[in-house]
Amino acid sequence: MKAWSLALKLLRRDWRAGELRLLVTALVIAVASVTSVGFFTDRIERAMQSQAAEVLAADLRLDSSQPFNEKLLQAADQRRLRSAQTVGFPSVILNDGNTQLVQVKAVTQTYPLRGRLLIRESTTGEDLPTQDIPLPGKIWLEERLLPLLGLDIGDVIKLGQLQFQVSRIITYEPDRASNLFQLAPRVMINRSDLAATGLLGPASRVRYRLLLAGEASALEGYRSWIKNQDLKNIQIEDIRGARPELRLALDRGGRFLHLTAATAILLCVVAVALSSRRFVERQADTSALMRCLGASQRQVGQIFFLRLLSLGLIASLAGTLIGLLLQSLLIGLVGHWFTQQIPSPTPWPLFSGLGTGILVLLGFSLPSVLRLSRVPPLRVFRRHLGAPSVGYQLSIAAALASLGILLIWQIGDDKLAFQLISGLLGGLVVLLLVSRLLVTLLKPLRTRSAGSWRYGLASLSRNPATTSVQLTGFGLGITVLLILAMVRVDLLDNWRNALPAESPNQFLINIQPHEVDGVRQILHAGGIESDGPFPMIRGRLIRINDQAVSTDSYASPRAQRLANRDFNLSLANEMQSDNKIVSGRWWSPEQYDKPWFSVEEGLAETLGIPMDAELVFEVAGQEIKGVVTNLRSVQWDSFNVNFFVVGTPGLMAGQPASYITSFYLPKEKRPLLHQLIQQYPSITALDVSALMQQVRAIMDRGVMAVESVFLLTLVAGVIVLYAGIQASRELRIQEAAILRTLGLSRRRLLLSVMLEFTLLGGLAGIISAGLASVISYALATAVFELAWQPNYWMWVVAILGGALGVGIAGMAASWSLLNNPPLAVIRKI
Amino acid sequence: MLQTSSLQHPVTASGLTKFVDTSEGRLDILQQVDLKVEGGEAVAILGASGSGKSTLLGLLAGLDEASAGEACLFGTPLHTLNEDGRAALRAGKVGFVFQSFQLLSGMTALENVMLPLELANHPSPDEAAKTALAQAGLSERLHHYPSQLSGGEQQRVAIARAFAPDPKVLFADEPTANLDSHTGERVAEMLFDLQEKNGTVLILVTHDEMLARRCDRRLHLKDGRLDSNR
Repeated sequence: MKAWSLALKLLRRDWRAGELRLLVTALVIAVASVTSVGFFTDRIERAMQSQAAEVLAADLRLDSSQPFNEKLLQAADQRRLRSAQTVGFPSVILNDGNTQLVQVKAVTQTYPLRGRLLIRESTTGEDLPTQDIPLPGKIWLEERLLPLLGLDIGDVIKLGQLQFQVSRIITYEPDRASNLFQLAPRVMINRSDLAATGLLGPASRVRYRLLLAGEASALEGYRSWIKNQDLKNIQIEDIRGARPELRLALDRGGRFLHLTAATAILLCVVAVALSSRRFVERQADTSALMRCLGASQRQVGQIFFLRLLSLGLIASLAGTLIGLLLQSLLIGLVGHWFTQQIPSPTPWPLFSGLGTGILVLLGFSLPSVLRLSRVPPLRVFRRHLGAPSVGYQLSIAAALASLGILLIWQIGDDKLAFQLISGLLGGLVVLLLVSRLLVTLLKPLRTRSAGSWRYGLASLSRNPATTSVQLTGFGLGITVLLILAMVRVDLLDNWRNALPAESPNQFLINIQPHEVDGVRQILHAGGIESDGPFPMIRGRLIRINDQAVSTDSYASPRAQRLANRDFNLSLANEMQSDNKIVSGRWWSPEQYDKPWFSVEEGLAETLGIPMDAELVFEVAGQEIKGVVTNLRSVQWDSFNVNFFVVGTPGLMAGQPASYITSFYLPKEKRPLLHQLIQQYPSITALDVSALMQQVRAIMDRGVMAVESVFLLTLVAGVIVLYAGIQASRELRIQEAAILRTLGLSRRRLLLSVMLEFTLLGGLAGIISAGLASVISYALATAVFELAWQPNYWMWVVAILGGALGVGIAGMAASWSLLNNPPLAVIRKI
Repeated sequence: MLQTSSLQHPVTASGLTKFVDTSEGRLDILQQVDLKVEGGEAVAILGASGSGKSTLLGLLAGLDEASAGEACLFGTPLHTLNEDGRAALRAGKVGFVFQSFQLLSGMTALENVMLPLELANHPSPDEAAKTALAQAGLSERLHHYPSQLSGGEQQRVAIARAFAPDPKVLFADEPTANLDSHTGERVAEMLFDLQEKNGTVLILVTHDEMLARRCDRRLHLKDGRLDSNR
């Protein structure tokens, strides 16, 4: 109790005396960055997810071949989840003797829960968002049905036993994207009309869907409740399982944001470590005096520990509040880019802010501060006696442990955190070694130079330990900023370029073999480039290495679904340009007739297909047997036509195939598509422009969020700069006072200070650029799986930026000692 | 028995020796120092720079460990205690005045004086410190920081800090060396006044003969050996 009150008193005195300002500022900024980033990313991520949830038209979707029982709906109601239901099935509509296969979707009033339907009132009208659904007795349909059946708005058609009036054209249906290759055109009716159509017999191929939306916790509760219900034949889908390319976009977006948050932490950790070091140096007298006056080591340790703990709590609270304010500013900045309201903050980032503050202090400050309890009391007579140096093992272990926890916590990805920590640790060792080397190399220069150069160089080599620490601090700060800048510029650009403006936006499906040449000619004549058409062969996987494949063999719903459905197989001589072999080799021309398969790596993992496995597919009643000779990674977000399983020409040729192709069709060339469909009416054309826009919008918002958070990290960078400069302040004040007393002019002193810091910044820049190149290479290739290019500009920016930034900041920080009379300066020491 | 002896001789040393090993061999700093200081006595230790005065002071106060021999504080042999034990022995009973004042720059005069009282769990450190500062003539300077005080004032704060917990023994290391003669005299006046009033043992290290003369006993240190004369 006594120790607490004394610790608090001393803390108050320290604060007044300005002893702790730097440490507190660094800590407040660390916590403010973490919490604002935490709040912001949490909210933005949830907004991005709900934006992405449009693809399901819900946050969570239950899918079944049977109607849902009341219990499921009640459970959703109890959790205050909003719900809607859809029923989808193929059917035929009739008009004047014309029949057309369609995909019917009967929807309830609240559909869609996420996203909006776009409709047109007439064939020439504008696309309009709507919150309506078809009224009873009305039908909405896809535009391509109108020419196929010779229909117009207002006409009446028959679906099952019921007559419907065509009232609107559907141009966009949010959850249509999740079933891209639906061949039949869409018609939409009101759920209340469904029974009267008499179309739902026991053998109908019907998909019942229950759409749910609401608070994340309620959804999670519902999801775990449903898992315990032992419901067969119900699949649960959320956005991450719905579309691979969207899942990828979301995951990458999340990684970028968390990496940025982690960067802010790293910077502040550097600042805290630097300022703790200075705090310890300045508090050695207090400790010695207390020991002299009879305080035990334990008491001194306790007082410093409690001081630090109180400081941590107060600074973390302050930081958290600032973080809360900052995030609302950030949300205000980018919030209007989102179509829907940004979800309100959860309290979680608050706790993580407090936790971060305490962890940073414990890991980066405590070992050196506790060292204060071991300052020999004899220091009162002999000033040179400092605290015994902290055991490196202890401080490294403490720093690593807290950094590890912080990064894993922030990034939520052990692999990335581990890489960052090992990269930084390696970097730190390199930084320290190179710093020491550079300081040693500077020494001889000092004797060969004159005037301000000499003083500047002398300042750097006066205390190699401090200079090395400063260099390391600046180096680490610049490295982290460079990495983030590169992540921001290079990786985000790469990310956006993964979906270039001319990505395919049209698919042609169901091209018959005899139509392939004709289609190719029309496209070629219209100046449309396409790699296809590719053959598509329907086949069901029946055995892997003589083991029969059935849904019972798998636990995961995705695997069960894959085991239960037909695959689209293909054959190819060459591998698609956006595929990459991850294991084995692609076949050479002399191997074309071998019975071999190439399998997408994700599918292989889900279904447990090893390399060299023998697969048997059933294609049109025949078995096709082949060995897996390579595994591929596929860039699903490229919108190119890709297949899970591709066979050699020798294995697959002659199988019944339809063809598929994708290409980019500029707006002005749309008539070409009409010509194509008229000539080959059985071909299905699918327009995915809307879907692509959706994917792009998500990516763009991710980029924007990262850029906003980057600003915060820059502030943290400035604090590192300040902390680094303060590290040598006392010594510099003393020297400056002496030099000025001896008659050195202000101008020359200013020049020497400028030289000292410019040199320091430039050196730190050189080290950082090298380190950042290595780390960014690792990040790009191993984590974000993007192409990496050396960035020569980065070297220029790092060296010039380091020299200028540190030079200017150093001069600014030294301004007072240049402008105050030497005596005033000396008395302040 | 020990109690009586410790009251009679709060500070004693016998055969006290300190040496350090350097690259050029053993360097003797103190050799076989014997000393007995009586209760309430003021002892001056004189000597040239480097004669080992401060080392002796450090050893007697238990701030450093002797290479050989024994120093006792309040009858307790210091070498039998670890550093924490020695600190506990000093707590509230030993005061210090230093050449360089050793005031904590981040604390006001009042807070500096309160520090030893707080460490010794004094019931009302604030009042006791104010009284001590008033005795030092610094009632008007309670909330001034060391940098806002003159050298003499700083040393008076240091003396107030040393006497505030009412110590039995006061170690003073060149208390006037950093002050001009007039200020030094005033500070010395205050030091001896308080020492006499409180019956405190004063062990004063100085090279100032005038100051030493005010002590009951003067000891000369030369090359680490003690020459006594009364």
